[in-house]
Amino acid sequence: MTGVRPGKRAPRAWRWVLLTMVVALGAVGMLLPVVWMLSTSLKPSDAILSLPPRLIPAHPTLAPFKAVTEAFPMVRVFFNSVGVAAVTTLGQLVLSSMAGYAFARFRFRGRDTLFFLYLATLMVPFVVTVTPLFIIVRTLGWTNSYAGLIVPPMFSAFGTFLMRQFFLDLPRELEEAAVIDGASTFTTFVRVIVPLSGPAFATLGIFSFMASWNNFLWPLLIVSDNKFMTLPLALATLQGLYPGQTQWNLVMAGTVISVIPMILVFLFAQRWVIQGITASGLKG
Amino acid sequence: MYERGARRWLTYGLFLGPSLLGVVVFLAGPIVASLGLSFTKWDLLTAPSWVGLRNFRDLLADPEFWAALRHTLTFLGGYIPLVMAVGFLVALALNSRLPARSLFRAVYFLPVVMSWVAVALVWRWLLNPYYGLLNNMLAVVGIQGPAWLFQPQWAMASVILTSVWKDTGFVMAILLAGLQGIPREFYEAAEIDGASVGQRVRHVTLPLLTPAFYFALSISLINSFQVFDQVYVLTGGGPAGATTVLVERIVKNAFSFSRMGYASAMSWVLFVLIFAITLAFSRMQRRRL
Repeated sequence: MTGVRPGKRAPRAWRWVLLTMVVALGAVGMLLPVVWMLSTSLKPSDAILSLPPRLIPAHPTLAPFKAVTEAFPMVRVFFNSVGVAAVTTLGQLVLSSMAGYAFARFRFRGRDTLFFLYLATLMVPFVVTVTPLFIIVRTLGWTNSYAGLIVPPMFSAFGTFLMRQFFLDLPRELEEAAVIDGASTFTTFVRVIVPLSGPAFATLGIFSFMASWNNFLWPLLIVSDNKFMTLPLALATLQGLYPGQTQWNLVMAGTVISVIPMILVFLFAQRWVIQGITASGLKG
Repeated sequence: MYERGARRWLTYGLFLGPSLLGVVVFLAGPIVASLGLSFTKWDLLTAPSWVGLRNFRDLLADPEFWAALRHTLTFLGGYIPLVMAVGFLVALALNSRLPARSLFRAVYFLPVVMSWVAVALVWRWLLNPYYGLLNNMLAVVGIQGPAWLFQPQWAMASVILTSVWKDTGFVMAILLAGLQGIPREFYEAAEIDGASVGQRVRHVTLPLLTPAFYFALSISLINSFQVFDQVYVLTGGGPAGATTVLVERIVKNAFSFSRMGYASAMSWVLFVLIFAITLAFSRMQRRRL
């Protein structure tokens, strides 16, 4: 049964039915919180505190979505998240692929030492760097700014490592042909290597976008102004706006707004999402 | 590679320069600086002063540090076995022939793509003692649920439960990839030899899944030492300090109490802990293989 391809003998029917039922029950358990989130976001405020709670709202309304955009600059926050994640990702793809290419193909003294330095930074937890990083960013005047949110996370040793591994597996003959035709290294990289590296870019790109979209600790430390908040920070702030009497339908509406884009990305690019997350081991 | 002389160095600089600059300024530099800071006392207002090992000595005498370490280990002790066991069982089940298998895989993986803040907020509301879904569902079957996040003895259990829900899909995905890499012939051979399902799992699946299992386990361990987002949103370290964890203490000391040196020292202790565990694990794994 489990993990085993039934050879000539089919698995016994009752076992199969039982397994399917258990898996389905588990799936319901996985979905219940998501349904609860959606249903709360569609309830008017008085329905939130009525007992027993209904999983399907009696009078569904979009009012919480309107209310949350009035209580908090959610539209701007949403586009902050989109912009910060997009630019961070783009930067990471450019920087990581070029550095990864250098480490894969160029020959110079100290290259391996340098690459080891990149790898070493991978092992250090983010929280170790957080105090000096904050001071650097503050010195640059980047607190409460897009630069502070975008620039430091753009430099990813993981991305460089991933791209290098990918380039090492590409046959060198590809570039040699281009060089014989007189192309510069940069032209060769852009015209020959980049078009062949779709899978690597997709894996790193999706991973990087999700990591940025879901990042909480770094924005928490450098942003206090609503105008520069990204979604996770805005949601945490929203939840604390009314101490003791959180407006859960508003908060859940904001949460729905924040998870929908990621769920869409996941549904349309499942393979890359799973690959990006499991390859890196760095969860959002 | 291909150009010569100055042109060559220009190319190298173009490819590697920007990345190297950023890695030095935003990654390697801060790591070194943080080690240096851990030997100083610094409140951000006056210049940092060298205090030698005093931060580390203070740490050993700080009950809040020990409490945070204890809570982190409690979290780890509950979360790791649960998430690994559930993730493993789900992977095994979803590797066999089931109807709508890919739909089930997507459903179990779904929470992984949601941000920690979103998940924690949903669960905070779900676990609400009076209006939350969970206690009202328990009430239907005649159980009066606890106050979850508001009760010191239940708060950490709530954090663990939430984390297992979010990360099961992650462990499942890694183990599924491992399971799919096991050649069918092995199972067929075992079956011909008359091995039962249980024997096949024990003697074929488990040994061949070991690398994937270790990978998932060591990543989960590294991450759970750094547990922060969910604690921050779910409990904020409360109630009555029952769920303070290491990263939360580091952030509090640095950014609420302006104890930059002390926070850096604590972050290095955390790093050494994680490093030691990872090292021990890779040794163990090498011996097993």
